[in-house]
Amino acid sequence: MLILHRKSVKKGFDFTLMVAGESGLGKSTLVNSLFLTDLHKDRKLLNAEERISQTVEITKHTVDIEEKGVKLKLTIVDTPGFGDAVNNSECWRPVTDYINQQFEQYFRDESGLNRKNIQDNRVHCCLYFIPPFGHGLRPVDIEFMKILQDKVNVVPLIAKADCLTPSEIKKFKERLREEIDKCGIKIYQFPDCDSDEDEDFKQQDRELKESTPFAVIGSNTVVEARGQRVRGRLYPWGIVEVENPAHCDFVKLRTMLIRTHMHDLKDITNDCHYENYRALCIQTMASKMNADKRVESPIPILPLSTPDVETENLIKKKDEELRRMQQMLQKMQQQMHEQDL
Amino acid sequence: MSDIVPPEVKPKPAIPANTGPLVPPTSAIPVPVGSHSTAQSASGGSTLLGYIGIDTIIEQMRKKTMKAGFDFNIMVVGHSGLGKSTLLNTLFKSQVSRRNAGWPRDEKIPKTVEIKSVSHVIEEGGVKMKLTVVDTPGFGDQINNDNCWEPISKYINEQFEKFLKEEVNITRKKRIPDTRVHCCIYFIPPTGHSLRQLDIEFMKRLSHSVNIIPVIAKADTMTIEERQEFKQRVRKELETSGVEFYPQKEFDDDMEDKSDNDKIRETMPFAVVGSDKEYQVNGKRVLGRKTAWGIVEVENSNHCEFAKLRDFLIRSHLQDLKEVTHNIHYETYRAKRLNENGGLHPISSNGTQESNL
Repeated sequence: MLILHRKSVKKGFDFTLMVAGESGLGKSTLVNSLFLTDLHKDRKLLNAEERISQTVEITKHTVDIEEKGVKLKLTIVDTPGFGDAVNNSECWRPVTDYINQQFEQYFRDESGLNRKNIQDNRVHCCLYFIPPFGHGLRPVDIEFMKILQDKVNVVPLIAKADCLTPSEIKKFKERLREEIDKCGIKIYQFPDCDSDEDEDFKQQDRELKESTPFAVIGSNTVVEARGQRVRGRLYPWGIVEVENPAHCDFVKLRTMLIRTHMHDLKDITNDCHYENYRALCIQTMASKMNADKRVESPIPILPLSTPDVETENLIKKKDEELRRMQQMLQKMQQQMHEQDL
Repeated sequence: MSDIVPPEVKPKPAIPANTGPLVPPTSAIPVPVGSHSTAQSASGGSTLLGYIGIDTIIEQMRKKTMKAGFDFNIMVVGHSGLGKSTLLNTLFKSQVSRRNAGWPRDEKIPKTVEIKSVSHVIEEGGVKMKLTVVDTPGFGDQINNDNCWEPISKYINEQFEKFLKEEVNITRKKRIPDTRVHCCIYFIPPTGHSLRQLDIEFMKRLSHSVNIIPVIAKADTMTIEERQEFKQRVRKELETSGVEFYPQKEFDDDMEDKSDNDKIRETMPFAVVGSDKEYQVNGKRVLGRKTAWGIVEVENSNHCEFAKLRDFLIRSHLQDLKEVTHNIHYETYRAKRLNENGGLHPISSNGTQESNL
């Protein structure tokens, strides 16, 4: 076990985080606060005229973070332009295209010959920013989350939470949870903790689960509060401290994202979302082959129900065989074609 | 084809708290129209012999207005959750929004923009105001918001049409009921970046039919510096897009007006916070919002510009809003209609329609 850790630590980890939501909700500021970086120093804010012709873009920033000997290659995927137009129909399409592209890339790499240094660029988590100004989920929020729930771990956040009073936040969170349930949106669920964990940990876990969606505030500036220098926002009526749990859920989000659930997010991306994509891919490939050649594929494709480890391995083995058979069939077909000529 | 007659703007009635000192007696040469009367005798005959009492016209107007009361119609536009109802309640210190008139807060966002209006009579100091609040739920809330301003534009024109029809009647009512929208408050979401496309589209299209007053909603999201930057960017964008918000530069009457209005235009759009809850601050009860890090006081000018908006809207420019609506926006509409139909024919009192309205 120790050897495994050391090797992983040497290699470093990679994590891809996507942020989505309309402009002006503090996405960049929050990312900077989470990872104590300044990824968007040279960013130029577009004005409304310039934005008229802009469609939704996908931008990537990669930063290497090292702490206590552990290396993290962090990729932030931003979606400028999302939800900013007058007509936002299908504004999610560039986002889903990007996610699928990363899956496809990984699929190809995985099926390739040299699998030692596969780069995992799949999106492990998508933070979706909900404006605090509404009364609940808006049509664009519902549509986006429903379309992305099967492709990526969706973590909804309440943005710019410093404009809400504590009771408003409570009501808003309840409202959001209700609506997410009602619309059947599958957001990322924290796994239940093991029964042998101590009470403190269980309590912390409960609190974490009960305060979703997290109401967050970000800040790029340091202010003086209660004799300390902290990240915060200075208002005439008081100082908001980003890392004060009584002010917002920033600390909870950071704990969840980085300190406790980063690995689980990667696992679920690999075991659930990626497998969904893969199964779909193989099915379409096989059905295309059937349609072309009227030759039954020798190994039937098993439907992907909730797999246990053994069936998983079996499926994997069979898939490998299938792929090899398909390649052989293709070669045979080519030969037959040449013979016909 | 009728020419557009230049509007005769009535002089703004300056209602003084108490009538000033009587004008001392001077020679009674009649004052030519357009000149100012001075206390001392001046060459050119602008002096009075004895006190006539012309200045009491102001008192007479005041009495009449008090008896008759007046109408004021205000429209609020902005997507849901920006605090429109709360701001109105705060402005008029009473529960005037649609929600409080017995209509429950909408659980669902309407699929198209609806126009809902509610009227209240507010009385203060013996003066009665019939306040009509026009709400526009559904604006900007959909995924596809193309043309969501059309129902609003239609409503405004319908009110003009109603007034026009009454005016054109042979037997006219003594006081035509005025449902025309005098003022449209547009709520800009406090993104801190710049205006959104939808904001510019709306204001561009409607600034020629109604007085638009843009405000930055829920301003307690931004720090003071962020507010200043945002305001500057917004003003610049409005200028580049050719949007004239109220008070429009082209309608300034004289230098005094212009300098007053310039000062106001420099600080617009007002960054406002609304609240209908009271808290105890420094021994006083104030309207505010209580957060974990302090209380935002709505009427404290260091916290937000609500007081400025209220003074501007109600205490100094209320009458002007009505006048600009009547003399400029309504006249523009009327001229367009007259040119369209080749002239309007008055409707006779027994109801037979001769016009092609």
